[in-house]
Amino acid sequence: MSVLETKNLGIAFGGLQALQDVHFSIEEGEIVGLIGPNGAGKTTVFNLLTDVYIPTEGVIELDGKNIVGKKTYQITQNGIARTFQNIRLFKDISVIDNVKIAMNYQMKYSTLSGIFRLPSYWKEEKAVTDRAHELLKVFRLDEHADDLAKNLPYGQQRKLEIARALAANPRVLLLDEPAAGMNPTETRELMETISLIRDKFKVAILLIEHDMNFVMGICEHIVVLDYGRIIAEGSAEEVRNNPKVIAAYLGGE
Amino acid sequence: MPGISKKKILSYVVNLAIVLLLYVVISTLISRRIINSYYSDIINMMLINIILAVSLNLVTGLLGQLVLGHAGFMLVGAYAAALFTLNVKLPLTVSFPIALIIGGLAAALSGLIIGVPALRLRGDYLAIITLGFGEIIRVIANNLTITNGAKGLYGIESLNSRHNLTGMFTYIFFIAVFVIFLNFTFGTSRHGRAVIAIREDEIAAEASGINTTYYKLLAFILAAFIAGVAGGLYAHQIGLIDPSKFDFNRSTEILVMVVLGGMGSITGSIISAGVLTILPEALRGFSNYRMLLYSIVLICVMLFRPTGLLGRSEFSLMGTIEKIRNAVGGKKKKTAAKKEG
Amino acid sequence: MEFLSQVINGLGIGSIYALVALGYSMVYGIVQLINFAHGDIIMVGAYAVFVILVMMNLPLWLAVLGSILFCGIAGVVIERVAYHRLLVHDAPRISLLITAIGVSIFLQNLYQLLFGSDPKSMPKMFTFAPLQLGGIQLTSSTIINISVSVVMMAGLQLLVSKMKIGKAMRATSEDAGAAKLMGINTNTTIAFTFGIGSALAAVGAVLYCNTYPQIKPVMGGLLGLKAFVAAVLGGIGSIPGAMLGGYLLGVAESMTNAYISSNLTDAVVFGILIIVLLVKPTGLLGKNTREKV
Repeated sequence: MSVLETKNLGIAFGGLQALQDVHFSIEEGEIVGLIGPNGAGKTTVFNLLTDVYIPTEGVIELDGKNIVGKKTYQITQNGIARTFQNIRLFKDISVIDNVKIAMNYQMKYSTLSGIFRLPSYWKEEKAVTDRAHELLKVFRLDEHADDLAKNLPYGQQRKLEIARALAANPRVLLLDEPAAGMNPTETRELMETISLIRDKFKVAILLIEHDMNFVMGICEHIVVLDYGRIIAEGSAEEVRNNPKVIAAYLGGE
Repeated sequence: MPGISKKKILSYVVNLAIVLLLYVVISTLISRRIINSYYSDIINMMLINIILAVSLNLVTGLLGQLVLGHAGFMLVGAYAAALFTLNVKLPLTVSFPIALIIGGLAAALSGLIIGVPALRLRGDYLAIITLGFGEIIRVIANNLTITNGAKGLYGIESLNSRHNLTGMFTYIFFIAVFVIFLNFTFGTSRHGRAVIAIREDEIAAEASGINTTYYKLLAFILAAFIAGVAGGLYAHQIGLIDPSKFDFNRSTEILVMVVLGGMGSITGSIISAGVLTILPEALRGFSNYRMLLYSIVLICVMLFRPTGLLGRSEFSLMGTIEKIRNAVGGKKKKTAAKKEG
Repeated sequence: MEFLSQVINGLGIGSIYALVALGYSMVYGIVQLINFAHGDIIMVGAYAVFVILVMMNLPLWLAVLGSILFCGIAGVVIERVAYHRLLVHDAPRISLLITAIGVSIFLQNLYQLLFGSDPKSMPKMFTFAPLQLGGIQLTSSTIINISVSVVMMAGLQLLVSKMKIGKAMRATSEDAGAAKLMGINTNTTIAFTFGIGSALAAVGAVLYCNTYPQIKPVMGGLLGLKAFVAAVLGGIGSIPGAMLGGYLLGVAESMTNAYISSNLTDAVVFGILIIVLLVKPTGLLGKNTREKV
C-alpha cells in the first residue's frame, strides 16, 4: 500500500503555474527519485508536502489521510520529515541537541517538570539521550556529539541533517539534494547510508538529486518533472530511455 | 532516580550550600547594621535588576527575539501587586507573597494578549511592536483612575521595619536565586531546546516538529511573568510608583544589561545587571558626567566586544573547579613525566 | 471646516515627522539598523540653530545652512566612530542597536552638560500672516512645513533614482556584497547615507524650531520614536512610505488631540502602528519579502 500519494497537486504563484497535475505515489520502504532540470519545481513539491507553500489544488495523502491544511510541524509529527537544499542546522548548538530537538514532540514531561527537575525529566532525558547517541552512531557522528553543529565539516553537516530528520520518526523522508557538494567517495558512502537507513528505519525515501549516477544507482522508482508537470516515471532503465526525458535535459524537440 | 548522575547531585548540593551561605552572610551583615539601609537598598535594587535581566534573557537570549517593551510587563506587575496590598486588609506578610503572584499572573496575561498577535512578526518588527505595546501600557496607566494617573501609587508598604531589616532582602534574594535556577533548568529542558531551535532557524525548527507559535509564546509569557514579579518586588521596595518609572528608557536599560553581559549568557546578565546598578551609585559624586561616562562605556564595550562581555559562555562553579583541578593535575603529570624522562 | 483645518494642522506637524522618518528609513534600508540616535540629531540641529541665531546673533539663513551642514557632518562622524567598526566586522545586529542607544544617551547628556537641562526659547523664524483659504486658516509654519517636506522628498527621490550616489545607495541596500563586487565603495555610500539622513533631520529641526517655541536636550527622544513609527508605518526603506507615514501620524495626532484627548495621543499613535503591522507586516508601502526555502 502506498504511504504517500499526491493527486492533481498544483500551485500557482500569482499567474505563474509552478506545478500542475502532479500525481505520484510512494510505497512503504521505497526509494523514489524526483529529478528534472533546474526550475522544474522539484523543491516546490517538497515545500507543498511540508506546508511551506499551500497547494492551490489537489490533495496529499499520508496513509490515506489528506494532510493539506495541516501545519508544517503537524505534518512532521504525522510522519513526513525533510532536509533542505541549503543545509539548515541549528548551528550554534551541539550535534546531539540538534537531534534531540527533533525528538521533542515524542517527549512528554511538562514545563514545570523540566524547570523543577522532577523524576520524569531525568527519565525521559536519559532515554532521549541514549536514542540520540544510537542514531548518531549510524551516521558515525557519535564522537562529535558535543561539538557545535557549525564546526562539522560540510559532508557531516549533510549527514547530521538527515539524522535530525530521522529523529522525528518519519514514515517518509524527503531529502533535498543530499549529495550536493560531495566528492565521489562521499557520494558513494552516502548511497550506502541511505540504503541502510531505509532498511534499518523502515522509512520510505523521496529524494531530489542532480547526480544521475546517484539517482540511477539507488532509486527503485524515478519521477521526472519538467515545467511543473510530470513528464515521465518508472524504473531507472525506463526513464533513461524515455525520449521526453532526453529532450527535457538536452533541450530542443 | 534514573538518569541523574552523582556529579549532578553533588553540583546541586554545592551550589545550594553556597547560596545559603551567601544569604546568611549578607542578611547577618544587614541585620547587624554593618551594611546600612542605603547599601542594602542598593543590593535589593541590584537583585531586582538581575531578575529583570535574566527574565528578558529568556526571550532575547534563548528565543533570539528583540524586545523593547519589557518595562511594560514590569509596570503591570508592579501596579497589580501594589493595588492588591494597598486594598486588601491583610497583614503584609500574608498579602505580599499573594501580591507577587498576582503581579506575575497579570503580567503574564498581558504577555499573552500582546504575544499572540506580536509573535507573528520577527526581528526588528517584533521589537517595534513590543515597544508600541510598552508605550501603550504606560499611557493607559497614566490615564486610569485606579492607577491614580501620572501621580501614581504611593504608601506601598515595605516588608522591612525597624525590627526586621532583611524582610525585603530575603524575598528578593531567594526569588532572584530561583529565577536564575529556572533560567538554567528551562534552557536545558526539552522546552528550552525547542525555544533555542527557533532562535537558530525557525523554518528548520518547524520542520523538526516544533510548534513554533506555542514555544515562542511560552518563552514570552514566562519572561512576562517573571518581569511582573520583579515589578511587584520593585513597587514594595521603593514604596511609590508612577508610569514614568516604566518608560522606554527603562526597557532599554534592561536590554542593555542583557546584551552587555552577553546574549544568552545568564552569568553575563547577572554580572552586568549588578555592575550597571552599582556603577551609577558609585559615580554619584560625578553626577553630571555619570550618564555620559555610562554611554561611552556602553559604546566601547559594543565596539570591542560586540557579543557582550561573556558571549554565550556561562560560569559554573563545578566546571571551574574541574578546570583548576585539571590544570593542577596536568602540571603534576607534566612534572612527573619530566622526572621520568 | 474644523475637521479640515485639523487635517491640515496634522499635515504640518506630520511634515516634521516625515523628514525625520526619511533618515530612519534610509539608514535602515542600507544597514538594517534602527538608529535610535537619529532622533537626537534633531536636537543637535535645533541647538545648532539656537547657537548661531541666538547666541552668535548671526542671520537666519546662516543658521539654517549651518545647522544642516553641522548635522550632516555629525551624522558621518557618528557613523565612523560608533558604527563603522561593527558594520565592517559584521557584528550581531543587536550590538549595533545597543550602540545606537549608547550614542543617543551620549548626545542627550553631552548637550545637557553644554547647555543645561532647562528648555531654551526660540525666536520666531519665518513668519508671515496666516492665509485664508475658503474659511480655513493656514498658519505660516504649516505652509512652510508642508512645502519644505514635499520639496525635500522630491529632491531625495531624484537623488536616489537619478544620481550616481543614489544608485549606489540602492544597490548597497539591495545586496551590499554584490554592490561591492560591482565596484561600489559601500563604506562611502553608507557614510553618505548617514550624512544625508542627518541633514534631513536638521531640516526637520529647523521646521521644529519654527513651529514650537522651545527646545531641550531630551526633545529628540519621543520625537525620534514617533518619526521612527512613521517610517515603519509607511514601510521602512521606502521614501514615499516614510512621507506617507509621517503625514498619517501627524494627522492622527492632531485628530486625537482635537476629538479624543491629548493624553491619549501616544497610545493612538502606537495603536495605529500595531494595527498596521499586524495587517501588513512590512508597512503600508513596504515590499513583501519571503524567505526562500
